[in-house]
Amino acid sequence: MPMDEIALDHGHDHDHKPGFFKRWFLSTNHKDIGTLYLIFALVAGIVGYSLSGLIRWELAAPGVEAGPLVQIMQFFGAAQGAEAIEQAKLFYNVVITYHGLVMIFFMVMPALIGGFGNWFVPLMIGAPDMAFPRMNNISFWLTVAAFVLALVSMFVPGGAGVNGFGGGWVLYPPLSSTAGHPGPSMDLLILSLHTAGIASILGAINFIVTILNMRAPGMTLHKMPLFAWSMLITAVLLLLALPVLAGALTMLLTDRNFGSQFFDPSGGGDPIMFQHLFWFFGHPEVYIMILPAFGIISHIVSTFSKKPIFGYLGMAYAMVSIGAIGFIVWAHHMYTVGMPSDMKAYFVAATMVIAVPTGIKIFSWIATMWGGSIDFEVPMVWAIGFIFLFTVGGVTGVVLANAGIDHALHDTYYVVAHFHYVLSLGAVFGLFAGWYYWYEKMFGIKYNKTIGYAHFWTMFVGSNLLFFPQHFLGLNGMPRRYVDYADAFTTWHYWSSIGYAVTLVATIIFFVGVIESMLRRRKADANPWGEGATTLEWTLPSPPPFHQFNELPVVKTEGGH
Amino acid sequence: MRYLISFCSAAAIGLPAFAAEPTQGALNFQEPATRIAERVIGFANPLHIAMAIVAIFVAALLVWVCVRYNRRSNPTPRKFSHNTTIEVIWTVVPVLILVAIAGPSFSNLFYQENEPDLEVIAQSGDFDDPDIFIEAAKEGWITVKAEGMGNWAWTYYYPDELDADGYEVQLVSNGIHKGLPDDPPATAEKPRYLATDYPMVIPANRYVRYLTTSDRVIHSWTVPAFGVKTDAVPGRTNSGWFLVEKPGVYYGQCSELCGKNHAFMPIEVRVVPQAQYDGWMEKMKAGDIDAAAQFVQVIQPADGSTRLAMAE
Repeated sequence: MPMDEIALDHGHDHDHKPGFFKRWFLSTNHKDIGTLYLIFALVAGIVGYSLSGLIRWELAAPGVEAGPLVQIMQFFGAAQGAEAIEQAKLFYNVVITYHGLVMIFFMVMPALIGGFGNWFVPLMIGAPDMAFPRMNNISFWLTVAAFVLALVSMFVPGGAGVNGFGGGWVLYPPLSSTAGHPGPSMDLLILSLHTAGIASILGAINFIVTILNMRAPGMTLHKMPLFAWSMLITAVLLLLALPVLAGALTMLLTDRNFGSQFFDPSGGGDPIMFQHLFWFFGHPEVYIMILPAFGIISHIVSTFSKKPIFGYLGMAYAMVSIGAIGFIVWAHHMYTVGMPSDMKAYFVAATMVIAVPTGIKIFSWIATMWGGSIDFEVPMVWAIGFIFLFTVGGVTGVVLANAGIDHALHDTYYVVAHFHYVLSLGAVFGLFAGWYYWYEKMFGIKYNKTIGYAHFWTMFVGSNLLFFPQHFLGLNGMPRRYVDYADAFTTWHYWSSIGYAVTLVATIIFFVGVIESMLRRRKADANPWGEGATTLEWTLPSPPPFHQFNELPVVKTEGGH
Repeated sequence: MRYLISFCSAAAIGLPAFAAEPTQGALNFQEPATRIAERVIGFANPLHIAMAIVAIFVAALLVWVCVRYNRRSNPTPRKFSHNTTIEVIWTVVPVLILVAIAGPSFSNLFYQENEPDLEVIAQSGDFDDPDIFIEAAKEGWITVKAEGMGNWAWTYYYPDELDADGYEVQLVSNGIHKGLPDDPPATAEKPRYLATDYPMVIPANRYVRYLTTSDRVIHSWTVPAFGVKTDAVPGRTNSGWFLVEKPGVYYGQCSELCGKNHAFMPIEVRVVPQAQYDGWMEKMKAGDIDAAAQFVQVIQPADGSTRLAMAE
């Protein structure tokens, strides 16, 4: 790498940084947009995490009348006694709905795709910026608009006298039709998801074009870093899945407002058709959330083991096959809707096949560490935590894939535990791993490692305590989305809520770490991780210059990266 | 008071009715009451053990590489990045494990899903096959339709039984606890959020075909101890079957988000001996739903020993 030239460029570029407003509100710079996405995801994450706090607070002990939601309803709704309890029941449904939507659409996706994707795809493939910088800016601000619409929809009438939509993040009609939620909240939510969908589709086009056309000379697809691979596959999934969601949402919108009856049986429609359309989007969506984390973990494991990725091509094509199979397994979310048994048998078989490429990834990460010289830096402990916790979430997925067992476990807390192990302990651990891996690179300052380790261990203990007992609840028959529960479920709900309190400590530690690093402003190194960090972003200073790779780097190294 | 009386009378006769409900601090499934649930658990338990072994194996590998290949114990990293043999192994072995899972999985699925042909079973001479119930098959089906209601109640129809006026025998089943201050106290006989005012009643050791539908939004009808769960979808009639071997009280809860009282829409099934069921049905046909409900408050002992009961 011509390091000297880049350093020269660096000094030169400082002069061309636009003023504050133009830089952050009219940004066309992929790094600034990435930073904006990360800040946005932090804000949305606080919202989504607070909502889950309300859930766990409410469920810490049985009895709606003694829970926090009744207090909130009494405070804001001016309703008392039994009326406040009825409102609290509705409000609980609103809380779980927005917890899911905010975490998926406004926390995990913006952070992993918009944040790390924008920041590191161009840096890793040696490109000066994204292919369409202005479209990149539109994507970000549409995401903000979508989030605002979603928040507004929480505070306008939904159904039955409470504000907000309380039909679950899956938006199943007829509960999401005028029959269940006649108020404008659901219409705003549809608009919000349409907007978020447009933002994601534009972002996906941007990533695909960038990765296919703007790789540095010599960087063939088979030499491209795995994070770029994961983003390419994620972008293709977004491009194919989101229009289907948009179609379903539009049909729902016309059902609600213009008298169509796509999902209304009294007019010959079918509510189950919505579920098929929704899950045709919804299943690829879960891979959209986890694939970028796969990419991040690969880099971290390789960097701190000081070894190249084991089975690079296998890793890349495992992600390709996970993405492809992800489109043909959707109805395993719908085993109880009344499908023919042969159809269920097909979805059982197709779903279990996913375990094979996922297994290849897990074992390849371990094989990358095998024979290495492992540094247990903060991102590495998050990555090791990810590998273990994702495995736990994966094996319960194999259990749930069996329709026969799923008939017993569908819509119970077992499912809640399963998808929080792959998302809350999978995608989110991947997110924090990436955060600690690239923090110095992005912001040019060092974080306090002790705080990073403390964050990891409290989060690891807390989230396991939070979610592992939910397996037991589900096996014993505790249904999902319940504001209150039979007395026999008290013990494990109590421990689950204690687990939440521990993660709350972890979250505070995280923010303490961020603030501490900003106050101390320890100058970051260009490459703090040493010989193992071989991707192009480590050849640049920290933070990288406003414009990088004005002279394209030439990739000559053998193998993946 | 009614509950108190029935509780005392049950205690007096010394017949604590078997009840399948969640238990405090439980780690696993509720006790099975049907062959379907027994097979689900018989498949899920070893599968959970196998999956735990996989997770522990991965954890052990992680611990091993962390101990053996950290910077101190292995200062010089090796540089290999391929090993075809191991890659083939970790692709083929999971495939074999999945194929091994698929066998019992499909057999389980088809047993639950495909309604048994009672005429064929009735002529079978294989009394040792636990999957079929020859005596019950000779009696034919009992059909119950569960309709999820917009006001968070279940309406049960018995389409084969007509009352004096020629209507299908039917009853509306409401949860008695709604999380409100005027809820009746929870007792062992009337557990909170599980008990209903008028339960669904079916005879023990009879093939039961259940149908589900809904009048407004989607609900889901389930009894964990039966191992069945079927969505109640407006505009559709879904179906399933089960045969409960042990008389007793069985509880389930609505399992598809349906609005405000989703958590307060319980399913209570009282499984009684055939004679008691017939008595209950007589009272239902006469239109005296309270007398009918009273009649099944205490569940009479089974009129014959059953396979599941004998297994205990």
